[in-house]
Amino acid sequence: MNINTEMVDYIAELSRLELQTGEKQAMTAQLEQIIAYMDVLSKLDTKDVEPMSHVFPVKNVLREDEVEPSQDRAELLAGAPVPNGEAFLVPKAVD
Amino acid sequence: MVLRELTALELGAAIKKGEVSVKEAAQAALDSLSAQDKALNAFITVTGEQALDRAEKLQDGAKDAQSPLYGVPMAIKDNICTRGVKTSCASKILGDFAPPYDATVAGKLANAGAVSLGKLNMDEFAMGSTSETSFYGPVKNPWALDRVPGGSSGGAAAAVAAGIGWYAIGSDTGGSIRQPASYCGVTGMKPTYGTVSRYGLIAYASSLDQIGPLGRDAADCAAILDVLQGRDPKDGTSLDGQYGTLLNGLTGDVRGLKIGLPVDCYGDGLDEEVKAAVLAVADVLKARGAEVVELPFPVMEYVVPAYYIIAAAEASSNLSRFDGVKYGWRAQEYEGLHDLYCKTRTQGFGSEVKQRILLGTFALSSGYYDAYYRKALQVKAVIKDAFDKAFQQCGLLLTPVAPTTAPKLGESLCDPLQMYLSDVYTVPVNLAGLPGLSMPCGFDSKGLPIGAQLIGPHFGEGTLLNAAHGFQSDTGYHKRRPGENVRRDAHRASLQKGGEPA
Repeated sequence: MNINTEMVDYIAELSRLELQTGEKQAMTAQLEQIIAYMDVLSKLDTKDVEPMSHVFPVKNVLREDEVEPSQDRAELLAGAPVPNGEAFLVPKAVD
Repeated sequence: MVLRELTALELGAAIKKGEVSVKEAAQAALDSLSAQDKALNAFITVTGEQALDRAEKLQDGAKDAQSPLYGVPMAIKDNICTRGVKTSCASKILGDFAPPYDATVAGKLANAGAVSLGKLNMDEFAMGSTSETSFYGPVKNPWALDRVPGGSSGGAAAAVAAGIGWYAIGSDTGGSIRQPASYCGVTGMKPTYGTVSRYGLIAYASSLDQIGPLGRDAADCAAILDVLQGRDPKDGTSLDGQYGTLLNGLTGDVRGLKIGLPVDCYGDGLDEEVKAAVLAVADVLKARGAEVVELPFPVMEYVVPAYYIIAAAEASSNLSRFDGVKYGWRAQEYEGLHDLYCKTRTQGFGSEVKQRILLGTFALSSGYYDAYYRKALQVKAVIKDAFDKAFQQCGLLLTPVAPTTAPKLGESLCDPLQMYLSDVYTVPVNLAGLPGLSMPCGFDSKGLPIGAQLIGPHFGEGTLLNAAHGFQSDTGYHKRRPGENVRRDAHRASLQKGGEPA
């Protein structure tokens, strides 16, 4: 698997990360080395193996549809960088 | 009575009998902390005044305490939410975030009378095997200050080893409790996936993360797990089970227990001194009546790549919530919303975290998903199957925790792949959701602790703790403390010189 800086740019964009030129080159080289190592998995024949996301077959964990108190709004907002008393503030996203 | 020489259970018993006050215990722990933590850097946040206030309030209930750990000082890894107390995950991006709620485990510990000394240093977002990637600086190993304590729960292991508090709560995604426990000479346990609630644990890789104890011996770990385990409606992956009986079940009787030695875990790359010390555990248990069988475990080559793909993929998704909007830190200068996200994340995450987010995003991206992420999930099924087969032949597995003892600071970070490979014995346990225990089983020629790992089938905690308890009844490695070997060396040197023992 060949990893180049264009590919790293694309992945970084998806990840909402900006890499400086030097950092990008170092990261490209490290990712290439790591992903080359990951390729050992292709040696293992898994044609008939179902992918396993969880080891226990726990599915559809539901609770009764009862209204319960949630966190206090003021307390939640207190941890935000820029709250206005009732919401999280962000730069204008839609013109 | 020298408090720091007691186990958590012994201290709890002394508090109950009134031989030690809760405040004396808390003060002793805080004294130990202020004497040592400048050198160790095991704590990110110390809540000394709160600990003393709480100790005073708890005193009245000591006589009638239900929990054997009532009043015992301890500390919590900084990725577990504690109401009103800074929880940073050792990352700049969380800033001074103080959660508005307690993690389920933090609430359970409070109900059991725990006195928290504060929050423990770790690798940033639990990503690392050395506790060097923390925004708050690296943790040092109390056995040798130029060496790492392991990671990611390095602060937890260092604190317990140094006698700062009597136990600690860590988290383990690929070995993050067991490996630092091994490097620091303490006992640690990653329980069966789903038996301890993850509610309030800041997620790294949700299908692998599990909270567990680090303590001075297996009995302490059993008592702590009795507090921690239980189904929690707030964690959809938590399971029903028979909980709360581990401590009472400890007999040390291993007669008839079959101990499996997976031959593929004792091959290339394993340090000879580590190998010898781990195999000697089998001899001790054999002398207690256990049976030892060798068996194949032919999947070791695949465990690290499968683990890193799955962990990185889940991390890239879990860490998307850190965007400078809802909590923590926000970059100062940005133009528009997209730039706010990018600048905050770029400046807020450290290099190891960025690398794993990129790796995970790659493994999940269109065109590569099948070859990497889906393949890793298939390999996970193959690994689980290998364990199922092994447990048809034995009751538990004995392996090393790590291929070597603690490396020097700075050594591992220059070669990430090498650091990943050092997790080879611990990561398969998380992939299969099994319980794993790490206990001290010897020291290498440099005087550094060696750890042995016991792995059990799902819900096999009792078997592991009982075997470890049996081993610790016959050996004294878990009782050794850092500093002692320095004194012993000085003693030996003085004898060689023909002088009187110091």
